[in-house]
Amino acid sequence: MEALGAAVGLILAGDGELLSIVGLSLRVTLMALALACAVGLPLGALLGISRFPGRGAVIVLVNALMGLPPVVAGLLVYLLLSRSGPLGDLGLLFTPTAMVVAQTVLVLPIVTAVTRQVVEDLWAEYGEQLRSLGSGRVRAVPTLLWDARYSLATGVLAGFGRASAEVGAVLIVGGNIAGHTRTMTTSIALETAKGNLALALGLGIILLGLALAINGAAFALSAAARRAAAA
Amino acid sequence: MRATPSLLPLALDRVGFRVGGDWLVRDMSFSVAGTGRTLLLGPNGAGKSVTLRLCHGLLSPTEGTVRWAAGQPCPPGPGRHAMVFQKPVLLRRSARENLLHALSLAGLHAQAAGERADMALERFQLAPLAHRPARVLSGGEQQRLAIARAWAVQPQLLFLDEPTSHLDPASTRAIELALDLFRAEGTAVLMTTHDLAQARRLADRVLFLHRGRLLEDRPAAAFFTDPHTREAAAYLRGELLD
Amino acid sequence: MSLTRRVLLGLAVAAGLAAPALAQDKPFITVASTTSTEASGLFKHLLPDFTKKTGIEVRVVAQGTGQAIQTAKDGNADVVLVHDKKAEEQFVADGFGVRRFDVMYNDFILVGPKSDPAKVKGTKDIVAALKAVEAAKAPFASRGDDSGTDRAEKRFWKEAGIAPKGDWYRELGAGMGQTLNTAAGMNAYTLADRGTWLGFSNRQDLVVAVEGDKKLFNQYGVIAVNPGRHPHVKAKQAQAFVDWLISKDGQATIAAYKIGGEQLFFPNAAAGS
Repeated sequence: MEALGAAVGLILAGDGELLSIVGLSLRVTLMALALACAVGLPLGALLGISRFPGRGAVIVLVNALMGLPPVVAGLLVYLLLSRSGPLGDLGLLFTPTAMVVAQTVLVLPIVTAVTRQVVEDLWAEYGEQLRSLGSGRVRAVPTLLWDARYSLATGVLAGFGRASAEVGAVLIVGGNIAGHTRTMTTSIALETAKGNLALALGLGIILLGLALAINGAAFALSAAARRAAAA
Repeated sequence: MRATPSLLPLALDRVGFRVGGDWLVRDMSFSVAGTGRTLLLGPNGAGKSVTLRLCHGLLSPTEGTVRWAAGQPCPPGPGRHAMVFQKPVLLRRSARENLLHALSLAGLHAQAAGERADMALERFQLAPLAHRPARVLSGGEQQRLAIARAWAVQPQLLFLDEPTSHLDPASTRAIELALDLFRAEGTAVLMTTHDLAQARRLADRVLFLHRGRLLEDRPAAAFFTDPHTREAAAYLRGELLD
Repeated sequence: MSLTRRVLLGLAVAAGLAAPALAQDKPFITVASTTSTEASGLFKHLLPDFTKKTGIEVRVVAQGTGQAIQTAKDGNADVVLVHDKKAEEQFVADGFGVRRFDVMYNDFILVGPKSDPAKVKGTKDIVAALKAVEAAKAPFASRGDDSGTDRAEKRFWKEAGIAPKGDWYRELGAGMGQTLNTAAGMNAYTLADRGTWLGFSNRQDLVVAVEGDKKLFNQYGVIAVNPGRHPHVKAKQAQAFVDWLISKDGQATIAAYKIGGEQLFFPNAAAGS
């Protein structure tokens, strides 16, 4: 009850700090999602329709990476971007860019794995017809992705959920710097550490509300479009 | 697209196809030329669909050769050969967009593809359905759209795999009428069916298959009145073959 | 093909949305510091003043002292502000830091449940108190994260001649606030820095049990990272921050920070080192 009050209070106050935290969370997560989709959708589709030795092992690896602990992903990106690491000269550690990279690492396996499964199933249905129309496998990728768009949306939303909910990776590579790399989840961790449990939970409620709003919008859009395409 | 030189005749030379230890097609030799309709007949499991797919290039023969006049392996594609499947596979898009997709694969520019698609919709009485999602069309409409799609890419040889087996008589009639368009334009047709009455209506020539082998290759009239093999005679009488 | 274009367009829009977040304009330095300074709210009080005067933005990464020093050693921070004098001096001696300055101190306190099963409430001697906790096998929550507070706690156990072990001694591997939350949840004793304690809201039954021992003195030091070791560090701005912290102005700002009328940190830069 106290938490709900804190959540409502935060929203009503229209607090600038809260807005910037929410904004940063959304921007980092959406950018990571966009990058993961740009790579994961075609990669997953190719994996779904190609046959090569070791394909099974690659699929198992991608599926297993869906369970990569965020802290491990964060640590890997940290070591990569640290001044003492291979990409240290870029000076990206403790920046939103580093957080985008870490979350991309987390989301990519989900988008890739879901795409692989969905496209593989669709290829079973479309494969002969597309080959009959003279489409090579690579040329079939955009066709399959477009026709699988409603099923893929679920995978993309799962990726969004993973990115927006995780704290371990962004904490390590972002550093939870106030006003710079502080997100919803790292704020929640910090407020918990300060013993402000009601405020922490209030932030959690806002995060949950955002997730509900985004998923609800995606669901409504997809349902409307699906009706139109009868897919 | 018609710039492609004539691909016909298509010649199969002792073609065999094996899955695991079973030969689904064995020692199959025939050729297809000209503009007529050749029907592949035979009981279930005779190898009709496999033969079509071997011709179309969706399957590769285990032994023997499938050769086109050009001498080279000739993958399916626009201006060459097209196929209509038993159950039409349509993309999750509108009827017109299904045609546009095929035409884009054929390398047509947007404007040319649009004109060609509209022509196909017109020819096959699909114009009122152009913007309907393809997958909510009736079975007959879907199959007509699949045939319109095959027509749009101007094949020299059209394969049809039991195109009317799921359709009611009215839709079947519409498909058979649609096939007349191909005949009028000089496109050769190689088709399978289980419907003997349909075979009698359509066939110029019959290839009779049984257990993966070609038993008869005859002009249609001769085949239906005077089958040479015991199996074909039994098949025409509607008896069960083993 | 329009489909591909549409997808690319969507990605471009998404990337555009994210881009403003990544723009960097103002000059800034990165300070590796401890969870105690961050959670106590000191930085929130301190930094706007400095930024207003110098135009330099300060980005604080709050970690345990051990991790903060490692962050600076790896070249990922320009300044380190922590509380483990021995480790700080080693950091400078190893060539990672320019020079160490005392900044301020507060003190550690032993907090514990009101019921006080070890009967230490109101005593002053931290070493004796820990002995009593061990004797009573009263639950004790240890940070266990190699932070400055954790290192201090380990020192006190050593002085008490005890290698704490057993069901009652719980190593959490957590920051100060997290450890206080846990201690409150299981009515355990724990060593805390006063700053975090004063800023901490979820005390439940916890109260201050032991305070005032000279040994509990908790000195904070500040060091600019050596540009000779890490050429990319912003040495000038880093030194400006260090100089301001130990200046009269900076020291007064530290002294002015209070929670509930109680001062959290006591500036002592004049003492130097």
